[in-house]
Amino acid sequence: MAEFAVIIFRALALLLALVLSAALLTWAERRLLGLWQDRYGPNRVGPFGLLQVVADMLKLLGKQEFVPPFADKPVFILAPAIAMSTMLLAFAVIPFAPGFPLADLNLGLLFFLAMSSLAVYAILLGGYASNNKYALLGSLRSAAQVLSYEVFMGLALLGVVLQAGSFSLGQIVEAQRELWFCIPQFLAMVLFFIAGIAESHRLPFDLPEAEHELTAGFHTEYSGMKFGMFFVGEYLGVILISSLMTTLFFGGWLGPVLPPWLWFLLKTLFFVLLFVLLRAALPRPRYDQLMAFGWKCLLPLALLNLTVTALVLL
Amino acid sequence: MDTVRSSPEHVESPHSSLEVLRSAAPGLVGQRTADGIETCWVPRDQLRALLGAAQRQAFEMLFDLTAIDERVREHRQEQPAADFSVVYQLLSVSRNRDLRVKVALLEEDLTLPSICDLWPNANWYECEVWDLFGIRFDGHPHLRRILLPPTWEGHPLRKDHYARATEVDPFSLDAARQDREQEALKFCPEDWGMQRQSDDSDFMFLNLGPNHPSVHGVFRVALQLDGEEIVQAVPDIGYHHRGAEKMGERQAWHSYIPYTDRIDYLGGVMNNLPYVLAVEKLAGIEVPARAQCIRVMMSELFRIASHLVFYGTFAQDVGQMSPVFYMFADRERLFGIVEAITGGRMHPAWFRIGGVAQDLPRGWERMIREFIDYLPARLDEYDSMVLDNRTLKRRTRGIGVYSSAEGLAWGASGPGLRATGLDWDLRRKRPYSGYEQYDFEVVTASGGDCYDRAWVRAEEIRQSLRIVRQCLDHMPAGDYKARHPLTTPPPKDRTLEDIETLIQHFVNSSWGPVIPPGEAAVAVEATKGMNAYYLISDGGTLSYRTRIRTPSFPHLQMIPLMSRGLFVSDLIAIIASIDFVMADVDR
Repeated sequence: MAEFAVIIFRALALLLALVLSAALLTWAERRLLGLWQDRYGPNRVGPFGLLQVVADMLKLLGKQEFVPPFADKPVFILAPAIAMSTMLLAFAVIPFAPGFPLADLNLGLLFFLAMSSLAVYAILLGGYASNNKYALLGSLRSAAQVLSYEVFMGLALLGVVLQAGSFSLGQIVEAQRELWFCIPQFLAMVLFFIAGIAESHRLPFDLPEAEHELTAGFHTEYSGMKFGMFFVGEYLGVILISSLMTTLFFGGWLGPVLPPWLWFLLKTLFFVLLFVLLRAALPRPRYDQLMAFGWKCLLPLALLNLTVTALVLL
Repeated sequence: MDTVRSSPEHVESPHSSLEVLRSAAPGLVGQRTADGIETCWVPRDQLRALLGAAQRQAFEMLFDLTAIDERVREHRQEQPAADFSVVYQLLSVSRNRDLRVKVALLEEDLTLPSICDLWPNANWYECEVWDLFGIRFDGHPHLRRILLPPTWEGHPLRKDHYARATEVDPFSLDAARQDREQEALKFCPEDWGMQRQSDDSDFMFLNLGPNHPSVHGVFRVALQLDGEEIVQAVPDIGYHHRGAEKMGERQAWHSYIPYTDRIDYLGGVMNNLPYVLAVEKLAGIEVPARAQCIRVMMSELFRIASHLVFYGTFAQDVGQMSPVFYMFADRERLFGIVEAITGGRMHPAWFRIGGVAQDLPRGWERMIREFIDYLPARLDEYDSMVLDNRTLKRRTRGIGVYSSAEGLAWGASGPGLRATGLDWDLRRKRPYSGYEQYDFEVVTASGGDCYDRAWVRAEEIRQSLRIVRQCLDHMPAGDYKARHPLTTPPPKDRTLEDIETLIQHFVNSSWGPVIPPGEAAVAVEATKGMNAYYLISDGGTLSYRTRIRTPSFPHLQMIPLMSRGLFVSDLIAIIASIDFVMADVDR
């Protein structure tokens, strides 16, 4: 019973920490973009504008819970919940410190892949239920994009799995005691990062919501907290991909002197900032160019990586 | 017309080409105008023959097409009797000549043959004349209201149409009228020349705008899509129409200047220039060298400001988030200078008939020198950030292409036309305001695609900086306003010395100047292309007709040509690369 209570407590603590850090990330991103773009960003509410997060949340909560009359109501409401919950669930397998993944599944990596595939449904359903042409175009683009990038994301990860000999994220970290996988699995790392950006649809892979073409893409019709959930889901995705980068290629919690959880945090933070910097720097390719890049360039590379890894190990 | 060559850098000797055209249209009658453009009247039945002959004589472009309500005009010496006249202004780029053709129409029979088959851009112009004057064009593929809503009653540029809402009963929207207006807004693909389905697919219709983040104002494109591929893109304009030409008929010559600022609202005082040049031509004012140089300097500063906005928003529209902030920050510096000199920022309304409003303030050299020393390094940085970016190149190279010949046939001008390889720049070809004294290059590219249009503008910023530097180094001394009785407001220093100047000052400041009757059109190389004001004075304190020929109007008309068969994302890049503002289209 006590054990059960501990798990519940841990789950709640993790949930709180994640949602809070996703919210904080919105502030951090805006401040960083401001810094890189010669402007201020939100700096008025609270110290350094930190309470902007609270203000934004209150604003979103205060909005009318509006469902367009032409929308498919149940699906419309379900979609943002899926977006947020799949991302949160995927965190269950992330080992933040030795012995602290919420669930130490021996198929942890597969669980993550399954969850990220489920997240596509959020976008598809959201776009479909909105009954809006921009949303439909956005969700179609998104489905195609995520499905194709998932293929070689999985293939890229297989190299890591082969080398670690396990699907369990904890064991993958342990397998990096001698050498972080970012060196032997360099190609896989690059591929995974690119696919990760596409999965979380951030610039330059933000075609599903491409503001300048599709107004807001699949979430054009969303407002209030339902929009907020998509929004938080996106930032959770950024954190998720960053923590997976840390876990799979940069030795997870491993590191000298500092406590393991801090190492994990610092490494993850680094990749989160990289995401933001990418957004500040890059333009957006065209949809067909993105797909061609995925299938013609990244997929063969992922296969190559897998073959070479297998040969070396044999 | 496959290869278009631009003319040598001087205007051909003005021996008349009218004699040659007379064989095509024996009923041709000449008219003298203040601007010296060859002008002739032609009977309606010989119009198409004449225009066809002119086209064969290398008048490649239909520069402008408009009309005049002649019914209350008093000074019409040597002109045929007419209630309305329709004016066609043609431009030959290869011969560097203009030709203005007028047709007289009587009120009971306001029809003309359409010339859409001769010049494709006549389409929108003819719609505009129908919309604003109620003159019909036989054989036009789809004559409709283009600037005003389809439910509008009357034709506003007619002299008997009211100009102010206070001249009619207050507007009210009752239920029946609301229904009528709503009904008129309904989208029916057939009205736009679109099919609902083809043999193998049903098309999707996407309404891009008038509120959309990438259409730069209130502009709408109706899209017929097959998947994400564009089958047809039909632009819909008029949401920004403010009746600028009608206002010109109610404002004194002087007090109309602030309205011109708001036509191309990124161009600032550059808009004043063609207007005051045209008025000065009518009035016969010689502008002193210092005023000319100040005008050139301010215009070029605004060209830089406008191109910076273009550069930033272009990058933004292809999905690059940051550059626009840097470019707006630079533009803000520029506005600091503009504010110090003129007191205004975006709309200084600072040029005057006969000169400029004030002399340059103390310390202007330092401000401008600092800016032109600062900007080049930034521009290099922007080039490496935007134009050298490979993703951006892949998005914009080979997209939205038109050739020089197509550009001329559709009335394109400015950086868009120069991106096709044609070095047509009025500053060089027909120098005004002393441009012949400056050393600068006319920037051209060869591809005529979105990328080249952006590249040409980026280079033009550097050329403008060169011109500004020359203004700075060689600013002539002297008056900033002409000592001419019609200069408005008149120079003040002699008003209390002699009675003539005092009277002139009093009259010009109370009624406004009385401009001698006549017609003059002046075009300048504005930020977005050729901007021309065609002014008709009937010898009063108000303009009889103010026609504003803007570059963006024909540019938007080219969107269907440029976007067929491409994707929605390409259309966004195309729209971004045109560089238009809606006020410059709808006026």
